[in-house]
Amino acid sequence: MDGKIVSLLIDSFWKILLPGLKITIPLTVITFAIGMVLALFCAMVQITNVKVLSQISKFYIWIFRGTPLLIQLFIIFYGLPKLGILLDAFPAAVITFSLNIGAYNAEVMRAAILAVPVGQMEAGYSVGMNYFQIMARIVLPQAFRIAFPSLSNNLISLNKDTSLAASITLGEMFLAAQRIAARTFEPLALYCEVAFIYLIMSTVLAKLQTWGEKKLSVHERRDNETGRPL
Amino acid sequence: MSMIELINICKTFGDGEVLRGVDLQVNKGDIVVILGPSGSGKTTLLRCMDFLERADQGVMIFDEERTELATASKHTIAALRKKIGFVFQNYNLFANKTALGNVMEGLTVARRMHKKEAEQIAKAALDRVGLSDRYDYYPSQLSGGQQQRVGIARAIAMNPEVILFDEPTSALDPELVSEVLDVMKKLAQDGVTMVVVTHEMGFARQVANKAIFMDQGVVVEQGTPAQLFDAPREERTRQFIRKILKEEAEDNKAIDTAAEDRTTEG
Ligand SMILES: Nc1ncnc2c1ncn2[C@@H]1O[C@H](COP(=O)(O)OP(=O)(O)OP(=O)(O)O)[C@@H](O)[C@H]1O
Ligand SMILES: [Mg+2]
Repeated sequence: MDGKIVSLLIDSFWKILLPGLKITIPLTVITFAIGMVLALFCAMVQITNVKVLSQISKFYIWIFRGTPLLIQLFIIFYGLPKLGILLDAFPAAVITFSLNIGAYNAEVMRAAILAVPVGQMEAGYSVGMNYFQIMARIVLPQAFRIAFPSLSNNLISLNKDTSLAASITLGEMFLAAQRIAARTFEPLALYCEVAFIYLIMSTVLAKLQTWGEKKLSVHERRDNETGRPL
Repeated sequence: MSMIELINICKTFGDGEVLRGVDLQVNKGDIVVILGPSGSGKTTLLRCMDFLERADQGVMIFDEERTELATASKHTIAALRKKIGFVFQNYNLFANKTALGNVMEGLTVARRMHKKEAEQIAKAALDRVGLSDRYDYYPSQLSGGQQQRVGIARAIAMNPEVILFDEPTSALDPELVSEVLDVMKKLAQDGVTMVVVTHEMGFARQVANKAIFMDQGVVVEQGTPAQLFDAPREERTRQFIRKILKEEAEDNKAIDTAAEDRTTEG
């Protein structure tokens, strides 16, 4: 590799990483958190069969899982101004990604809640607990454990998908890379470099997933020698 | 006056009439065993009593208070559940809680008891079922017999007036059955009122003072265990008892041969 490219890569590394730290990561964290709230809400209204809300949440999931994320971004950022709703790139991205990840995670959470044996719910009733107490203390903690790998997967996807926001002028990592590539005529090097940074982020998230799974599964572990809790 | 009187309990699932007018009395201190073929409605009857299933019709008089099962309010249900403990066939322990946590949960969350006090009661309950050395174990770290004993401790910790047992030993390996039955015998000696669905004839004979034979959603016959097992009046009861005794004899023979095999090998 010639020296010019090496120094370009080193030079541009911080210029790409900085928007990563300032925009990509916060965007991922914020939208995942909002999406989780949405997801829980949708999963619960479907499971408890709240009539109208359940219909609405099914419709919402149908739309946001059934259409391309890139087009959702375009509609919200470029389309809504036609209706007089003008959003900056960052809020537009927050709204779109939250709604999108919320739809995916709603299905994950719904399945996970249903996977907790219903007998535990009945045991809760039999000792006098009410529905919300049982949900909060018995079912949801186990549902989160069950959902954790799928939620982690979705989080890793979301982190990469934030690069789509470059197309609505959000100055995140990919847009930063695009700009440098255009200026230096080195698209191959720069796009590989930005891909590499995403790869590192994904790797860190995957490590966190492994650690989290271990942490969450205390009640499933058993020391094979003694049968004692670890 | 009985502590509990059930009158004309009916329950239909879809087009299956599962309970067709069941009447039952339980006195304080009674150990009632319920027997009957698979699908006769034994589980459904117990579940209706604890409102895990909503009966279509019928009355439960508990401590002289009369409740229409089909229309009981949330408030009434909560009050009755306080008086009734339930032990499940599949234990149904809270998988995310330790043995101690399982027993404390109802006390701290439903009864709003202070943690300290709840912990004392829960430990005493676990001691009573012989699990003083398993407080901090999660259900997945316990044997079936131990899990069921936690289930029993969870029920007795709430200090109910009656405990309903739905085939508490039928999910257990044969060698674990007796540790659970022993705990139940001890509770019986302590005067705990129990309604037990079981096919354990030995337990029924030794511990129960009342046996009930159910078939196709009705009580066919009732009496003392001796009456029901040795001198059944109804043909259906006779057939069922004969079948159970035969199965039991075969099981015992199988266990004996297995034991013999082991001794000859060793
Ligand atoms: N939730 C349900 N929905 C539909 N049918 C049900 C339901 N629960 C029970 N049944 C039916 O009701 C009948 C009686 O069931 P139940 O479990 O009360 O019988 P059981 O006497 O406890 O039998 P077993 O000895 O096998 O436990 C069965 O035919 C069963 O299929
Ligand atoms: Mg049953």
